[in-house]
Amino acid sequence: MTRTPEHTVIVAHQFENLEQQFDADLLGMWLFLVTEALLFSGAFLALAVYYHQYHDTFSAAARELHWLLAGANSVILLTSGLAVALAEQAADQGRRRAALLGLLATIALGLVFLAIKGYEYHSEYQAGLMPFLQQPFAYDGPNPHNAMLFYNFYFVLTGLHAAHMVIGLAVLMVIAVLTWRWRDGARVARQVRIAGLYWAFVDIVWVLVYCSLYLVGR
Amino acid sequence: MIRDVRTGPAPRHHYLNAGHGLASWFLTKDHKRIAWLYFVSITGFFFLGGLAATLIRLELITPNGDLLSSDAYNRLFSLHGIVMVWFFLIPSIPTTFGNFLLPLMVGARDLAFPRLNLLSWYVYIIGGLFTLIAAVAGGIDTGWTFYTPYSTLFANGAVLAAATGVFIVGFSSILTGINFIVTVHTMRAPGLTWFRLPLFVWAQYATSLVMVLATPVLSVTLVLLAVERVFGVGIFDPSLGGDPVLFEHLFWFYSHPAVYIMILPAMGVVSEVVSCFAHKRIFGYRVMAFSILAIALFGFLVWGHHMFVSGQSIYAGVAFSLLSFLVSVPSAIKIFNWLATLYKGHVRFDAPMLFAMSFLGLFLIGGLTGVFVATLALDVQMHDTYFVVAHFHYIMVGGAVSAYMAALHFWWPKITGRLYPEMWARVSAIIVFAGFNLTFFPQYILGWAGMPRRYHAYVEDFQLLNVFSSAGASMLAVGYLLPLIYLLWSLRYGAHASANPWNARGLEWTVPSPPPEENFERPPRVEHEAYAYDTDA
Ligand code: HEM
Ligand SMILES: [Cu+2]
Repeated sequence: MTRTPEHTVIVAHQFENLEQQFDADLLGMWLFLVTEALLFSGAFLALAVYYHQYHDTFSAAARELHWLLAGANSVILLTSGLAVALAEQAADQGRRRAALLGLLATIALGLVFLAIKGYEYHSEYQAGLMPFLQQPFAYDGPNPHNAMLFYNFYFVLTGLHAAHMVIGLAVLMVIAVLTWRWRDGARVARQVRIAGLYWAFVDIVWVLVYCSLYLVGR
Repeated sequence: MIRDVRTGPAPRHHYLNAGHGLASWFLTKDHKRIAWLYFVSITGFFFLGGLAATLIRLELITPNGDLLSSDAYNRLFSLHGIVMVWFFLIPSIPTTFGNFLLPLMVGARDLAFPRLNLLSWYVYIIGGLFTLIAAVAGGIDTGWTFYTPYSTLFANGAVLAAATGVFIVGFSSILTGINFIVTVHTMRAPGLTWFRLPLFVWAQYATSLVMVLATPVLSVTLVLLAVERVFGVGIFDPSLGGDPVLFEHLFWFYSHPAVYIMILPAMGVVSEVVSCFAHKRIFGYRVMAFSILAIALFGFLVWGHHMFVSGQSIYAGVAFSLLSFLVSVPSAIKIFNWLATLYKGHVRFDAPMLFAMSFLGLFLIGGLTGVFVATLALDVQMHDTYFVVAHFHYIMVGGAVSAYMAALHFWWPKITGRLYPEMWARVSAIIVFAGFNLTFFPQYILGWAGMPRRYHAYVEDFQLLNVFSSAGASMLAVGYLLPLIYLLWSLRYGAHASANPWNARGLEWTVPSPPPEENFERPPRVEHEAYAYDTDA
């Protein structure tokens, strides 16, 4: 695709001024987040329906999950949210180093989150709680048949969330490079802001995932 | 006197000669060229879907299944439905005329996100390729609705490839929707207040809202379906504790609003065309704008009318039935307002107007029969018969495709800078109208008499009406092929169009035909409401 040299043209040709462009970018990101929320909503709806239908079984199944580990993960992710918010503020004030530091902290915390999540998956795999890909299902609680459904949702929802984490991390890495280069401060500040918005969404979805999968049944 | 103003000298520089070579098209960020990319692609899909329809109608001339096996027949109507819904009708007006006109109508140089616009075309093409692969690799026999557990457990076709294609093309809709909403919010020219926007823009805006809010739900539903089919995860599979009716809920939560994605842009086109050819201000502008939004909103509340006999609770059925009646109110308001616009107008019947008039009549019939099938008790009889097939074809083909043809002829001079041959266009409009009714009216009667949909053989009593229907289909084929010929012809031999050949109002008619690359030399300042037809210029 064609590249516009970042330092010469600041306002894209279709806009009258920078303010209009920023408004458009921000609104675009908000709308995108709306579509993301609706994407998750379908899966949450299905989970709610089955929670209602198989309440006791689902609660029992939920107790097998590593709720403490995932709780620690929630703290880590929310801290990364703080880091990106600080990065936004720093970028806004033109403090390049602080912004970069915030972004790198966010990325690091995000990677730690994924590592812990991977460990959780691994231990569930070993415990035989992964009821697909021809894996034996070794759940010994009540109604293993319906409990299977719970684990399916667990993997679909956390997997969907993890996929969003990976996308978010990729975006943050690009933004970190742009911040490091710092061609045009005002523009970088906007980019950090918009990427931060996406990251905040990923955080919030995790809080919902955590509550509805790990905590509701306890 | 009107004839004189239709032709004019061609502008020296315009978007069509602003660049040459393949890269200038495939890497363009100009909304007007991207509209062309879409236009060519959806036309291809339209004729592919039409080919499937032709085979379907050929098979149905005789009561026995003699031309195609039942399996081949199932694959054909599934291909027809998937291609026509997702690869032609949903993108049709928004991605072509919406893309071309939205920036012009709001007085901007381009959409808010030109690169995203190009990306959405590539996403569309990738989705299309998956669907074509699915068709070539054996096709699918689930119908366009992908109902579980059939699609996940039993269907032995390329379900995954087809579902992936639809999943991907959904993102193209989402990106277009976001782009349009942001453009309307942030890029309006000075003086262009919300209530000075043409109704076409309102319609695109409401459509985009539905695209953005409904499509992701289809995406996640298809993800769950794919996960179930590939990994054997049971989400909709009753033998694993899942519930297949949940799939229907999720599917129709998208797909009923999706029918408004198809019809709202058509309503926008008809508003422009009717007021231009009646040379009158549109009647009840604000009510028209609000009823567009109301249709988009109510459209989210009626999905259960597709599930009256699927085992949803009877109380839910009653509620959905009543809510569906409610949707028809804003639609009826629009019909009355278009008629009131015609009243005492100086009506001219050029081809765009003929197509728009077809829309009015056929959409009315389709909408009224929608109320029939939305009546709970009646639908127990009508469900899955040809009555439903006739209902939605009256709206989607008679309504939406007619409006698409109206738009094509109305803005053709603006888009190409050439006039099309008016006489042939009128002939085509009339053939399409007659052929359409001959094709689909008998299907109402067939459905009423109890002929079920989706079978390739039927009892002999139904043959006569089926022969009518197939005869009508061949007329439709002529009616749709004709424009392909004369529009291509006009690209080379048509007279050069003036900036405003229809003596219409609206910013797009203030720039040369075809418009320059940057649309406007300087940002326009808007002083009038839309449709200021009585301030004669
Ligand atoms: C405005 C544009 C409309 C379009 C494009 C449209 C399209 C469709 C389509 C495609 C179907 C068939 C789905 C399938 O089973 O494959 C359908 C069925 C149905 N439509 Fe519409 N429709 C529209 C308006 C309406 C309205 C206004 C109503 C009610 C007031 C309505 C009520 C129904 C009902 C109840 C069914 C289900 C019938 C059955 O399967 O038994 N529709 N429509
Ligand atoms: Cu519907």
